[in-house]
Amino acid sequence: MPNSVLQVENLTKRYGDVQAVRGISFQVAEGEVFGLLGPNGAGKTSTIEILEGLRDADAGMVSVCGYDPRTQGDELKHEIGAALQSTALPDKLRVMEALHLFAGFYKRRKNPDDLLKRFGLEEKRNAFYSQLSGGQKQRLALAIALINDPKVVFLDEPTAGLDPQVRREIYDVIEELRRDKKTIVLTTHYIEEAERLCDRVAIVDHGQIIAQGTPRELKQASADKTRIEVRLAREESEATLGTLEGVSDCRSLNGNYVLHCQRPPQAIVSLVKHLEAQNNELVSLEIATPSLEDVFIELTGRRLRD
Amino acid sequence: MTNLLTLTRMRVRLALRNKMFFFFSIIMPIGFFFLYSGVFAKGEPIVVAYLLGPVLGLNVMGSFWGLSATLVTFREQGILRRFHVTPATATDMLVSSILANYALTLPTVIAELLLAKFLFHVPSLGDLTSIFLLVSIGTISFGSLGLVIASVTNTMQETQVLNQLLWLPLIFLSGATIPFTSLSKTVQHIALFLPATYLVHGLKNAIVNAFGPDKILLPLASLTVWFVLTLFLSSQLFRWEPEAKIGRRAKLYVAATAIPFLLLGVWEARYGRVIAEEKVTMQRVEDSDRSEQRRKPREQEQSTDPTRLDDAKPRN
Repeated sequence: MPNSVLQVENLTKRYGDVQAVRGISFQVAEGEVFGLLGPNGAGKTSTIEILEGLRDADAGMVSVCGYDPRTQGDELKHEIGAALQSTALPDKLRVMEALHLFAGFYKRRKNPDDLLKRFGLEEKRNAFYSQLSGGQKQRLALAIALINDPKVVFLDEPTAGLDPQVRREIYDVIEELRRDKKTIVLTTHYIEEAERLCDRVAIVDHGQIIAQGTPRELKQASADKTRIEVRLAREESEATLGTLEGVSDCRSLNGNYVLHCQRPPQAIVSLVKHLEAQNNELVSLEIATPSLEDVFIELTGRRLRD
Repeated sequence: MTNLLTLTRMRVRLALRNKMFFFFSIIMPIGFFFLYSGVFAKGEPIVVAYLLGPVLGLNVMGSFWGLSATLVTFREQGILRRFHVTPATATDMLVSSILANYALTLPTVIAELLLAKFLFHVPSLGDLTSIFLLVSIGTISFGSLGLVIASVTNTMQETQVLNQLLWLPLIFLSGATIPFTSLSKTVQHIALFLPATYLVHGLKNAIVNAFGPDKILLPLASLTVWFVLTLFLSSQLFRWEPEAKIGRRAKLYVAATAIPFLLLGVWEARYGRVIAEEKVTMQRVEDSDRSEQRRKPREQEQSTDPTRLDDAKPRN
């Protein structure tokens, strides 16, 4: 990648008996939004925290803005911004004070007033951190992450635990950063987030990248198949459902059957006929256009949120 | 340097907004001052001066409570890790804690000295330079002890237990609460192994005997060595992450902080003057107090006995 600002090669990290990261490699180009998508415990946070210089890797090569986080952490920290997953600020710190406090650590600083305006926190400038809602706290975290006008911004699960409306607010903020051509590395376990915000996505599972590309490329790799998810009154064999006309494959997931098909109407007709013949009943049926969730199911046999 | 000042300002600001800080760092020390001066010393200026050393000692020693609790709270809540991703270093975090604590302790100490002088009419506060030096090195060294405690405990519960375990011997054996001369010989010898004993002893000498810095070198030097050791240990054991638990073996590092006073205690028991000086100081205070008590009734008599007044009249 010619204009890459971040390179990771064969990264590994172990905590005691748990191998959290197993040989992860990727690159991020300048101005790109790169997402690490995967379930909880997949190794996303460990990876991003190694890039931020918060943890040391056991092996592998990492370069962020030309710096090695392990040996050049001091220089690196001036070039990056971060919104961490499990963090907080002191309860009795006011919003404006927090921005000034963090601005005080950097050589390059943005105007705190401009950031307050940009993140819609002007009215809360004198509020204590403890008085902010979850969404406001997250917006403040993003504002602080940008206080040093960083070259690369790391966002670890930026919308985890937020309600859908607040999550959409945060999406708008990140989309604005994307329009400004800010290089962003984010981790998420929300499909919608990865599809909507990321230029490229790496799907991570059990400490490894199992697929990587633009959301479109990844979905195409799963042959653009429509997903039909059905719940049946009685159990059926996966193999039988997978061979029905119009159905490419079938997997059983938590009592439901997920059928991937290139010709959905034909698949539904053949499914209904089969159920009638078996004296079985259809309890529910959902049709969805292909998403990264399907790519994940196809690659791992599990849902992201399992 | 900028990071240090930025963090120190934040710590001072947060402390001033904390009700617990007001109680433990202002109300309680001032309350102790009035308890000692008004109740124990019954307002007698000479006794107030003698008890001022223990009062200031308690104030200074209390530094380790607040510092350990705040640092552990910051770590448990994930506040420290947010600072870890900035150019601020572990040394910035530790030294700013000490500086903020010093800036917050000094005004209470000054208030106690002023109250002693102007409310209880203590005739002399002794050697102010020595008091300043002892309060300063005492505050930063006991603050550093708090940082070691925060580094070797994994949870707030553990921190509070360790704080209690250290606090009780420090206050009861050092002469800060029970007069040193009232302790048995054995307990006095045990107390020689505690940093608090040297702090309180030094403060008493600076106030009652007006010893200059050259005569309180022992407490000044021992507390300085202790400060350097505790700060070094806390920087080695510092943890940003809440889940980064410390092993049992590392907890033994806290025992290393006892080394300077372990050596000093052995030396002092054999060749030292602390126990003898304490006796002399106490004797001096008691003698001064007795002569003061004798002088007072005489003055009262003079002012109320009419014959005496007549005697005082010039005779023709």
